Amino acid sequence: MFNGSSKENQGQMLGEIGITSVEELFKDIPSSLKTAKFNLPNALDEQSLTKHIKELASKNKPLLNFAGAGIYEHFIPAVVNAISSRGEFLTAYTPYQAQASQGTLQAIYEYQSSICALMDMEVSNASHYDGATALAEAVYSACQIKGLSNVLISAGLNPQYKQVLKTYFKGTREIKFTEVSLNNGTLDLEDLKTKLQTPRAAFVLATPNFFGCLEEASKISQIVHNANALLISVVNPISLGILETPGFYDSDFAVAEGQCLGNAMSFGGPGLGIFTCKKQYVRYMPGRLCGITKDDKGNRCFVLTLQAREQHIRRERAASNICSNQALCALNALIYLSLLGPKGVKEVASLNLEKAHNLAKEISKIDGFSIKYQKPFFNEFVINCPIPAKQVISKLAKKGILAGYDLGQVDKDLKNCLLICVTETKTEADIEKFVSCLRGI
Amino acid sequence: MEKLIIEKSNGARAVVFNGAKTPETFLDKKYLRKNSPKLPELSELDIVRHFTNLSRLNFCLDTHFYPLGSCTMKYNPKSYDVLCSLENFTSIHPLTPADYTQGTLEIIYNFEKLLKEITGLNAWTLQPAAGAHGEFTGALIARAYHAKDKNRTEIIVPDTAHGTNPATAAMCGFKVVNIKSNARGRVDLEELKKVLGPKTAMVMLTLPNTAGLFEYDILEISKLVHAAGALLYMDGANLNALIGLVKPADMGVDIMHINLHKTFAAPHGGGGPGAGGVGVREELKDLLPLGRVSFDGKKYSLEIKNKKSIGQVKSFWGNVAIIIRAYAYLRQFDGKTLGEIAKNAVLNANYIRVKLKDYFPAFFDEVCMHECVFTTPKDMPSLKALYVAKRLLDLGFHAPTIYFPLIVPQALMVEPTETESKQTLDAFTRAMKQIFEEAKKDISILEHAPHKTEIGVIDEVLAAREPNLKW
Repeated sequence: MFNGSSKENQGQMLGEIGITSVEELFKDIPSSLKTAKFNLPNALDEQSLTKHIKELASKNKPLLNFAGAGIYEHFIPAVVNAISSRGEFLTAYTPYQAQASQGTLQAIYEYQSSICALMDMEVSNASHYDGATALAEAVYSACQIKGLSNVLISAGLNPQYKQVLKTYFKGTREIKFTEVSLNNGTLDLEDLKTKLQTPRAAFVLATPNFFGCLEEASKISQIVHNANALLISVVNPISLGILETPGFYDSDFAVAEGQCLGNAMSFGGPGLGIFTCKKQYVRYMPGRLCGITKDDKGNRCFVLTLQAREQHIRRERAASNICSNQALCALNALIYLSLLGPKGVKEVASLNLEKAHNLAKEISKIDGFSIKYQKPFFNEFVINCPIPAKQVISKLAKKGILAGYDLGQVDKDLKNCLLICVTETKTEADIEKFVSCLRGI
Repeated sequence: MEKLIIEKSNGARAVVFNGAKTPETFLDKKYLRKNSPKLPELSELDIVRHFTNLSRLNFCLDTHFYPLGSCTMKYNPKSYDVLCSLENFTSIHPLTPADYTQGTLEIIYNFEKLLKEITGLNAWTLQPAAGAHGEFTGALIARAYHAKDKNRTEIIVPDTAHGTNPATAAMCGFKVVNIKSNARGRVDLEELKKVLGPKTAMVMLTLPNTAGLFEYDILEISKLVHAAGALLYMDGANLNALIGLVKPADMGVDIMHINLHKTFAAPHGGGGPGAGGVGVREELKDLLPLGRVSFDGKKYSLEIKNKKSIGQVKSFWGNVAIIIRAYAYLRQFDGKTLGEIAKNAVLNANYIRVKLKDYFPAFFDEVCMHECVFTTPKDMPSLKALYVAKRLLDLGFHAPTIYFPLIVPQALMVEPTETESKQTLDAFTRAMKQIFEEAKKDISILEHAPHKTEIGVIDEVLAAREPNLKW
């Protein structure tokens, strides 16, 4: 399949090389290795393949989605995929040859700029794998800057992010993590102050936190900086259409899952790791960066820069081993932010806020249900259910609804608690359907 | 050249969301944003035009021969674009109960089975987001495997490995031990024996290596590595040279990663997303990241509990959209035709090698695998690899990878892949010959290349000295 040359041309090429069989090119491989048999199913032509994959797709049953917990369903304007599916973007490689890649490079520069604008941060890299891995890299950068290896994290950090931090640093570069506890859904500031009495490289703040509650970020930032630690903020990019920005509350690093900006949920991957920091920390930043420069005619142009941080130059002394990133997802985010503009990001965030509050209000009226934390929230919140959340989820799935995230998975005491997310995609009818199904439990 | 999108901003609107109440209705002002983000304000048409024009400034596989060594720029079949974008795949939230995601889970499960057959390695994770992320996963598995032997603190990396290999080892807290290759660009067994020992956790081999050569001593290497109690890791980024011909497990490989965006034809997207599956031998199976798919004969489900696992290396279960493409690709081959991929990739590389031998010699003058590393002629010291690369852009070709691998002076690493035709390769070798002749006549035309691209010689020093990284 997909061979470029005809059999006849291949024969001519063998002749030019001066051999009669292609096998002669594999003489370095020990013959004992060349007897392998490959037992694969029959090859499918494009028509049968299409049928086969469509049949598999039909075995998925998308549900009316009220789950978030890290991956969010948002409306994706048609322009996003129309542009990013163009071969010129889709089938290009990393823009190492700047003159052959000005399109991708300018898009990266514009992505970095748009992300900095949304987050109010000074520098953004060209992207990371996802929010969790971006956080892991930010934590490592902070430890390098401070020369310390212990880090405080909010107990309200997404459990998957906690898990990824553990995977990245347990037994490897030995960073020790200590949790700051929550009090009724938001950070216990006294606990934060106490734990900052020991020198720490950084505090990892999540706002909105995993339970949907908003933290008093400015106050927290002051406490953290007074203790001479760095502030790493984990935020929801869509929320920044209306919520205070990590730059405003003086975050040293701010990371996020950017899937919500114009990328499909796709069962959780690919995501988009947003990684930003203050300018003074740029040399500790992993991943690619695109900058503006000039060519020999004085024209403005774009080029990958500060590459001396990267693995292909520094090898074992690199800031990170990252090579491929999520360029196409970053392009989607750029197109999405460009289409919405400053007004659109505010509108979409406001709709999330409003619809989530409407649903919360309706749920609190149902017998046996209540809102768990009486704290400000954006588009996610926790409800108490009369039965385990796990059962709510399986009952509602039968009615075509994904009810949310079962918090019993992270804490047995929360087994009756359900984390719910509402985005702009949910209509009044959707919300009514959800409420009436909950009522019927 | 295209203006920045922000410079075109004229206050028009594109996508509008109607009907939201002001946020002050629900939240105290102290939580609310005070400024407005500096994002473009343009009509939908002007946005479409901006990005379409940007796209036209790119060379890409769909428009140009793209012989970037080590990157396997093979054709990305269009049918997979359509198939991986089916709404039933893209609209699934990762927390959806398994009963409702059977299609996606079946693909992941069956893709793993195919990988097992192709590589001989028993168990796979598809969670890593890229090749380097796969290496990281592999090194963590090695660490977990040696958990009881705290002395195994070193990873041996030959100088012909990808740059990500030593970076990965360092990221996982290992000491990197570099070894020099022999005169034929292969692992020097004597050098290996000197450093291999009770401190060695793993040896990371790029196979074929970055010089485009097969390690003919591979069986001896794996014997030595295992005798020392260490693991053998295969960087499978170059699997395109071996697929369908050799099973890595038969070579003694314990852990390997593959790049789905290389061998398995997923597009590179301007730098990602890729996907980097990791396969291991049976005894290492339990150490794989959480979130593997199992099948009880009736139903597919995700395994998220396993105390021995190294944990998750990213959120959720992998770059599923890329996995669907790679699965589709593999289903278009059977046991016999699979080997045609490698055979034709190797044939194409050797064809270029032979055609160029009087102009640009292969640094290692022997049969190569899927890629060939050329150098500039010894008697033309003023001819730099960079000039060749930039001049190729003028002549309508993407440049090869240059100055890599580091062991080859003035390296030009050419990987044509199997999907290019003889006619394209002929045009490329003619262009290389032209550059050789230009260099003999007047090097200045090359020094100032490219001439025909929109942008000329770029001032990279300025970019680094005064970083301008955003508007």
